[in-house]
Amino acid sequence: MTDIAKLEWRSVRKRFDGGAPVLDGLDLSVAAGRSLVIIGGSGQGKSVTIKVAMGLMQADAGQVLVDGQNINALGGKARRELFSRIGVLFQGAALFDSLSVWENVAFRLINADGVSRKDAKERAIEALGRVRLGAGVADSYPSSLSGGMQKRVGLARAVVTNPEILFFDEPTTGLDPITSAAINELIVDQVRGLGCTAVSITHDLASARTIGDQIAMLHDGKIVWTGSPAELDLTDNPYVRQFVDGRSLGPMTSAV
Amino acid sequence: MTAGVAALPAVFKPFRVIGHSTLAALRMVGSVGVFALRGLISVFTLPWFPQQFLRQLVAIGFFSLPVVGLTAIFTGAALGLNIYTGGGRFNAEQVMPQIVALGITRELGPVLAALMLAGRVSAAIAAEIGAMRATEQIDAMRTLSTDPFRYLVAPRLLAATLVLPLLTLVADIIGVAGGWLVAVRILDFNSTVYIRNTANFLQLWDVGSGLIKAAVFGFIVALMGCYHGYSANGGARGVGRATTHAVVSSAILIFASDYFLTTLFTRA
Ligand SMILES: Nc1ncnc2c1ncn2[C@@H]1O[C@H](COP(=O)(O)OP(=O)(O)OP(=O)(O)O)[C@@H](O)[C@H]1O
Ligand SMILES: [Mg+2]
Repeated sequence: MTDIAKLEWRSVRKRFDGGAPVLDGLDLSVAAGRSLVIIGGSGQGKSVTIKVAMGLMQADAGQVLVDGQNINALGGKARRELFSRIGVLFQGAALFDSLSVWENVAFRLINADGVSRKDAKERAIEALGRVRLGAGVADSYPSSLSGGMQKRVGLARAVVTNPEILFFDEPTTGLDPITSAAINELIVDQVRGLGCTAVSITHDLASARTIGDQIAMLHDGKIVWTGSPAELDLTDNPYVRQFVDGRSLGPMTSAV
Repeated sequence: MTAGVAALPAVFKPFRVIGHSTLAALRMVGSVGVFALRGLISVFTLPWFPQQFLRQLVAIGFFSLPVVGLTAIFTGAALGLNIYTGGGRFNAEQVMPQIVALGITRELGPVLAALMLAGRVSAAIAAEIGAMRATEQIDAMRTLSTDPFRYLVAPRLLAATLVLPLLTLVADIIGVAGGWLVAVRILDFNSTVYIRNTANFLQLWDVGSGLIKAAVFGFIVALMGCYHGYSANGGARGVGRATTHAVVSSAILIFASDYFLTTLFTRA
């Protein structure tokens, strides 16, 4: 790879409470301005992979580098500074249900950046517009929104401060195909528009093809394949073939 | 691993159980201690979230007033009747006002208010924070550059610690009033004499020591709610477990610390 990696996992290992390792020497990287999609079966550690990269979980061994800097070696202040450069859309949107929609979107602006509530609200409404939500929803509460709208609000919250790295954890899971397509489009718009680096997780191959420049397949705590979306259909890698063709027989066995 | 357990002679089994639970208890004490320390540091250092603090003050304090008041008036009344009966066995019915006042202010006011708070508030805190953990809201908050200890834990610890003494003061007044009500209405005490006896007898320290206890209990209630909520895992069942643990452990810690504080205060 000729580009400098924006984000890189080097031999990352992680296990919980003496169980089997979830990540077992994971190597992966994504170049600046590119969009990486991680695919893999349920419980294979996809969420753990990105949580380690966000600094929400500490790896047992190995390194995670952002712009060549090991994030585990960062002190409190530098770590907070790192958080200010990332945006995350969580699996279930993870909106704060005691706060209104605009307060959710403006959460970082109000609580960490010291922006006045008035200015924060303006910026929140602007961000809601970017995900095609009108100012009308700004004062409603997350529990009154549909799943698709909650994802949009989560996306607005992730992009409102124009972060350098965006993480999307299963952005389309649980949505109907039309809403999924809309969310995928919004993701592509935001990533291209902001010129930021994106790391997404999905089970949904259509989604992976739409939002990814590069696809990586995670299995047994390691990356077993990486390639472009076009290569997904051409490779004869047995893991990818089994996943793409949706067969229960193959090198991977279902947990059920 | 199961083979190893099976190979162990049955006589060792109790030791195994004792060993395991001792280790688990020590681990728990350690992690609660670390949690409490982090909570205290967040209370005493910037940034603060005053809005969250005010919100908790209302949720914990104001909305607990009815339960605390009702508990206090019935307890004061029942205590009055019992002391009157007991006092009657050596012709000392007349000390009833003094003993009621002492029992309420030093012991029952703070302990009952704290127990009501354990049921109401500790459970609610554990459920709310536990649900936030289960739905990744805590993770989300961290990625939004906001420390959940400062935003969630510190305001609750501070609010409960400050507000329980106030609730206790209310419980003291209502509890003594409960005793007075029974004395005047049922036992033919003279109202003026009852009030004068109570006022002359009570020392500032009787009330003050109760309020100090209450502050400690308030901290315990919020700490247990936050700790169990924060460490909840395993979805809805995990949140349910966290709620139960928060209430049970608050109650036990309230009784235990009550004994030790009383020892300290009665010696002083
Ligand atoms: N905080 C945690 N404590 C203990 N175990 C955990 C924790 N987080 C994840 N795990 C375990 O790590 C493994 C991988 O979890 P992860 O959530 O990363 O899977 P995933 O690939 O994202 O799956 P899904 O597609 O279902 O979201 C699972 O076995 C899970 O039980
Ligand atoms: Mg996941």
